[in-house]
Amino acid sequence: MITHDILVVGGGLAGLSAALTADPRLSLAVISRVHPLRSHSVAAQGGINAALGNTEAGKDDNWEKHAFDTIKGSDYLADQDAAELMCREAVPAIYELEHFGVPFSRSPAGLIAQRPFGGAGFPRTCFAADRTGLVIAHTLYEQALRRQVKVYEEALVTKIVVENGRCVGVVIYDLASGQILPIRARAVIFATGGYGRVYLKTTNAYINHGSGIGMAYRAGVALKDLEFVQYHPTSIYPKNILITEAARGEGGHLVNNKGQRFMADYAPSALELAPRDIVARSIQTEVDKGNGFEDEYVHLDLRHLGQKKIDKRLPSVREICIKFGGIDPVETPIPIQPAQHYSMGGIDVDVRCATSLPGFYAAGECACVSVHGANRLGGNSLLDTVVFGKIAGREASNYVNGLDQRDGNEKHLLEEALAERSKVDEWLSRSGGKMAHHLLNDLKVVMSDKAGIFRTKKQLEEALVSIRQIRDDYGRAFISGRCLRYSQAIVNLIEFGYMVDLTEVITLGALLREETRGSHYRLDFPKRDDAGWLKHTLVSLKDGKQDVRYRPVLIGKYQPQERKY
Amino acid sequence: MKYTFRILRLDPAVDQSPCFQDFIYETPEKKSLLEALMDVRNDQDCSLSFRYSCREAVCGSCGMVVNGQFDLACRTMIESLGTTLIVIEPLPNLEIQKDLIVDMEPFWKALFAIEPYLFPGETRPEKGHRIDDREMEKIDQFVNCIMCGCCYSACPVVSRDERYLGPAALAKLYRFVKDPRDKRGYGRWSRVNTETGAWGCDTVFECNEVCPRKVRPADGIEGLRRSLVLEKIKGLFKRGQ
Repeated sequence: MITHDILVVGGGLAGLSAALTADPRLSLAVISRVHPLRSHSVAAQGGINAALGNTEAGKDDNWEKHAFDTIKGSDYLADQDAAELMCREAVPAIYELEHFGVPFSRSPAGLIAQRPFGGAGFPRTCFAADRTGLVIAHTLYEQALRRQVKVYEEALVTKIVVENGRCVGVVIYDLASGQILPIRARAVIFATGGYGRVYLKTTNAYINHGSGIGMAYRAGVALKDLEFVQYHPTSIYPKNILITEAARGEGGHLVNNKGQRFMADYAPSALELAPRDIVARSIQTEVDKGNGFEDEYVHLDLRHLGQKKIDKRLPSVREICIKFGGIDPVETPIPIQPAQHYSMGGIDVDVRCATSLPGFYAAGECACVSVHGANRLGGNSLLDTVVFGKIAGREASNYVNGLDQRDGNEKHLLEEALAERSKVDEWLSRSGGKMAHHLLNDLKVVMSDKAGIFRTKKQLEEALVSIRQIRDDYGRAFISGRCLRYSQAIVNLIEFGYMVDLTEVITLGALLREETRGSHYRLDFPKRDDAGWLKHTLVSLKDGKQDVRYRPVLIGKYQPQERKY
Repeated sequence: MKYTFRILRLDPAVDQSPCFQDFIYETPEKKSLLEALMDVRNDQDCSLSFRYSCREAVCGSCGMVVNGQFDLACRTMIESLGTTLIVIEPLPNLEIQKDLIVDMEPFWKALFAIEPYLFPGETRPEKGHRIDDREMEKIDQFVNCIMCGCCYSACPVVSRDERYLGPAALAKLYRFVKDPRDKRGYGRWSRVNTETGAWGCDTVFECNEVCPRKVRPADGIEGLRRSLVLEKIKGLFKRGQ
């Protein structure tokens, strides 16, 4: 049986950071459903925050100010110790990336360049043009090659294996061979990313189904704050490919069909650089008021930046607009609309990335520490992945080094794999029923229509009913044909069960949270309610039923105040 | 619009040899080839296999040959192909694993061979290096590479000599040689001073033509050659003294 000390699931920034930080004396492997360089991290464009103070305008910046901006941006739902930890660790993390070889853009003084981003008091976002995620992912992968980190590519983890209350491995579907097998590990780190593809409009890659989050839930681990779903203000219409916040950081304007820079009505001082939740809602409000174009989008105007600046700072934005939107932003404003982008919530972990299940750790978007609270600031997600990826690698190593229990029982792991295999056989044996892509589409329609930017009790209740209906349909899922190798239908059906779980948790959390905070906007409860709701939602599975609990937010130096931008 | 997709199919576990299969596809919308392939798979044959992830030309998964042209399926708009017969083949120079999925192993092996990671110097300035942005611009086009393998597949030298490292790996090496932070010795990178390395290139520039990210790998290979010659002259000069 394949056995490792540490198994890292996911080859994006968080997973690779964990792998590079783990104790090199331990046997470690990264397992990913795609080649690591195909992970969604490569699509991050705008940058990564750290209070380096490398620009004239940012010389008074420090990590405390970064932490304050993060906490305020989170609408005070972030745990303040965690936000401070992340922002303090940001500075050494960036310099480590620099020494790994990340080709950061440079300031006139030759230092790592920094640009303004939404919700930030100073130009704090380090970048490499508008392909920051790409170059960091490639650099970390290069470091993984240098250290000859073992990688299992194109293998989807289908289940976490638990034995005597401890994580002892996983079951995988190996795409190339079509086999379903167990992998034994003393510690497992999930770095499986977000779930954007449960929505119709998302900036996320096709692979972002979020099944990792659902697997943790099925293994008995709580999911935290899943009702907080970030919509990115600017995705190109109609393909919903991300147009980075850096386009506004570099000076781009949002304009409605009357030619007005409407953000003045919503965030009079920060304007286009207000936090994402505010800008996304403002755009949607303009469109809903009839101030959009084709009742779908507004304009992001970059023309005044000039071709030279666009080519230097936003080359990928220009390429995306030309190739996928058929327009050149040098000459034409970009049609943009909000689209699902990020999950603030996730697997409940502490600041050590540990979950309630011994041996099971999580980092990056799939996890919730919580540093982003109710709304994440742009440039903080890449930071989250590298800082907490490293912590997860270190803490999992400590756990394994201190473990005196034996490896998981082989028979138990094999039985778990066989049970997974029989599920697949059942889908293959049916001659009719619901196909994976139909199920997926049904779920996306429900989430988009009823659990989107603006929410109400009625809609969320309807969503829950529909999701439970879809769960029944999933029981009748089938796959036509009998090919097991590289079967996307098998992948989709395995993941779909977990997607149903997590959409149910998103919706339930949103229904119960009778207030408006950050990205969670309740039309029927439009005010933040600190007395009632300054707390994290924790949903776990107990005896097949959802168990909802709450945990107070860890407040430190900063008492909650009204967010004004 | 109604299209015929003529797709090369092969499951080496079952089939003796690859053969083309036609699918009729109709759509009123502006679709990318990737979206169209997903529709065909979902509605007509769920055993059709191809790789994909980001759908925005940055993950490098979906390189293939479309009507003889190398490109990423996600950034190919089907209506822009100007024909209703669309012939789709996997990337050549690599073994087919299933349908449009190829074994990228030789490509990754070549990449690994050039030691594709920064060799930092002994000094590790605490606040990072001071580097003129113009220096970073020299490697700009090369860090735009997404390792999709189109250049490797289109390279005529790779197709006749599998030992040749190929355009992507050599361009990657040049990216490090030119990085002011990289201190790998000449002895390390001059290992490509061979017919299967920098001197293998035929200079037909197929790689530049096919790159979906506007990288010009041949610039990197040319750069390596220039640097190799320069180092040789420097060596002769030293000996002459």
